[in-house]
Amino acid sequence: MITNENNMERIPAEKFEFVQLNDKIYDKKLETRPIGFFQDALIRFSQNRGSVICAIILLILLLYAIFGPMISNYSLDEKDGYYQYVLPKMSDKIDLGFWNGCTTKEYNQATYDYLTAIPGAVREDLGSRIGIVANREATLYKVKVDTYARRGFYELLLSTDQVEAARKYEQETGIQLFYPLIDRSQITCQPYSDDPNAWFKTNAKGVAERDANGQLIDIFLKDDGTTPYSYGDGYKYFKPTQGGNQYLARVLYSDWYYYTKGKTACFWFGADEYGYDIFTRLASGARLSFLISITSAIIDLIIGIIIGACEGYYGGWFDLLVERIKEIISEVPSIVFITLAQIYFARKMGGLFVFWVTLVVFGWMGISGTVRAQFYRFKGMEYVMASRTLGAKDRRLIFRHILPNASGFIITSTILSIPGVIFTESSMSFLGIVNLNSKHLTSVGAILANGQTTLTTYPHCLFFPAIFISILLVCFNIFGNGLRDAFNPALRGSN
Amino acid sequence: MFRYIMRRIGLAIVSMFIIMTMLFVLVKMLPNPVPDGMGGQGRALVEMRRAWGYYDPIWTQYLIFLKRVFTEFNWGFCTTVGTFLQPVTEYLVSKVPFTVYINVFAEAISIPLGIFFGMMAAIFKNKWQDQVINVFIMIFISVPSFVYAFLLQYFVGFKLGLCPLVLKSGFDFFSWEMFHSAIMPILALSFGPIASYMRLIRAELSEVLTADYMLLARTKGLTRWQATFRHAFRNSIIPIVPHFLWGFIGILGGSILIERIFSVPGIGGVYITALNKKDYDVFMCLSMFWVVIGLFGGILADMSYGLIDPRIRMGGGKTNDY
Repeated sequence: MITNENNMERIPAEKFEFVQLNDKIYDKKLETRPIGFFQDALIRFSQNRGSVICAIILLILLLYAIFGPMISNYSLDEKDGYYQYVLPKMSDKIDLGFWNGCTTKEYNQATYDYLTAIPGAVREDLGSRIGIVANREATLYKVKVDTYARRGFYELLLSTDQVEAARKYEQETGIQLFYPLIDRSQITCQPYSDDPNAWFKTNAKGVAERDANGQLIDIFLKDDGTTPYSYGDGYKYFKPTQGGNQYLARVLYSDWYYYTKGKTACFWFGADEYGYDIFTRLASGARLSFLISITSAIIDLIIGIIIGACEGYYGGWFDLLVERIKEIISEVPSIVFITLAQIYFARKMGGLFVFWVTLVVFGWMGISGTVRAQFYRFKGMEYVMASRTLGAKDRRLIFRHILPNASGFIITSTILSIPGVIFTESSMSFLGIVNLNSKHLTSVGAILANGQTTLTTYPHCLFFPAIFISILLVCFNIFGNGLRDAFNPALRGSN
Repeated sequence: MFRYIMRRIGLAIVSMFIIMTMLFVLVKMLPNPVPDGMGGQGRALVEMRRAWGYYDPIWTQYLIFLKRVFTEFNWGFCTTVGTFLQPVTEYLVSKVPFTVYINVFAEAISIPLGIFFGMMAAIFKNKWQDQVINVFIMIFISVPSFVYAFLLQYFVGFKLGLCPLVLKSGFDFFSWEMFHSAIMPILALSFGPIASYMRLIRAELSEVLTADYMLLARTKGLTRWQATFRHAFRNSIIPIVPHFLWGFIGILGGSILIERIFSVPGIGGVYITALNKKDYDVFMCLSMFWVVIGLFGGILADMSYGLIDPRIRMGGGKTNDY
């Protein structure tokens, strides 16, 4: 049954009433706030979840690049060759089972004995098995080795003052710094002849000889009463050298490190072949990458806008000339220019500055192309003609009326040019064309190039910079694409 | 069309000459002293260089170079790179097979895979298949090829031990050992192109799929697959063919990074060595090889648009007449 209320074709006349019959209607002021071009872009960008996440990740990476060297325990030029290639370790106190500087491997008898002789080196003994090594049966020991502790002992020369200060420290804290010297004449295994860790009796192959209790037998030098600072246990701790001015001493390096530097060694991302902290080096390399790419993008932007605007607005011979120049520059493989520029000028002006200039030389062309195309599109439009008829000057037309139309494109192509620069930088450093690696400076590409040489043995040297640059480039591209979509008015309402 | 091609070729030749002159002057201006402490050998080297014209003014040298190249196609001989006094062309030709070998396989993998996954993404647009493919496109396009190279080398080559870490030496290109050792560089080279082909095909095909004639095809009673393959796919592939062509042209250039990482004795690595060791002839020959490939490859790719799709007219004015 159709009731009168729902029958739209026959609504009774008394149900209608005038909204206004005698009132005058005025234009109302809009109650909503007007949305500008950039605000609109921002709103649509924030609706794109992937891009927002990438923007946040980029921000985190940027913060890492800026503050990384400050929060790390190491400075950029601090290196300790004794800790070369140690694995990443989060903290001394917390052991998560991973990220603790340990590695699990199988070793033969001799190496196993060697490791057990170093205090703290064997973190966990995971049992042994009979395996076949070089067609012969051998016992293989699976152990979890602490790469920091495994560096073990260290022999060094100390002056009298240093020894006295260290002895004083020993008495105050109760931490033993010095260990007895090794009697070199008793070493039978050739590779151990200079090794401060080989303090135990071995056969010629390096397998330790053990006493009845299974303990290692020491081969320390016996105290002959000629050296000062006796510990009273009958061993010799200091051997005078260089006419008695200096003493040869043997220390446990981790304790000695704590004594001299006031901290325990802990490299968050591990250490590289020189014992540099990869965390600090990578952060400062990232800082350099950001700095190079952002500054060159800004200069590209300025040059590109000026040249592109002149080309597009005035056209004619200037346009033709610049287009030919661009064609020629872009035809030469960029690697040729970068290499030649490095060979010519790097020594006089510094490799970094020359590289930056070459990047700008290649970079402005993209932006100027975008700007030029926009000017060709808009300069013939009616509103521009109207403005010109009203007496606007060229400068006003260019900057006030035409350029803002291109702002979205310009911003997007500037942002999207940054990952390209980072990629160029890292591949050029990787190939060794640009050398940005020194004591006080490094770049992601240089770290990668150093890491590649030890890929199979110490993958962590390569792993962290590779991950960093991959995340950086992926995020930049997604972020840039999101920005491009947000600035594209044609896509408004489509998502 | 003919006039357009001729004009493009003419412009390309002019650019080629300008670049050639520029590079010749730049590279000859590099300081190249005879190393100290070579004694009699050093004096002999100076005399040899005098005989080769190294101490003449650069313009004289350039004219000699031009005459040599254009009358007898003689690009000179190796001095510091490769075998001493071996003709440069012969030396470079001996390097090309390695580069081509790896790149041909990479291209042969990436075209079918790119087309297949690109089509999948377009057909299942905005479904989960598309989302997954999009994530891979983004990763493969953004992550630098050397990172894949490291990952492959470490995990596939070292941890799993499936492939040798570097390319096998020798010239037996058709043996299994050679191919086996080339698998990783081929893969590392193909990820990037696969992703860019996927992206292109996805964009083109998803546009074509919404065209009116697709609706007509379906109304006529074609199944979805028939319509997609017979009508949409053919049309969507047209704008992409020049990219495949570019890929094949790029094969000759090679990738310096991948060649360095996998120790491929290809053409890419020669270049840096030639410049650092100041072997002018090798440098000029290789640079011009690249420049010519770039210039004429561009013309070829542009021409292919017109050849593949008769509706496209290159270089015409506003009215498309030519």
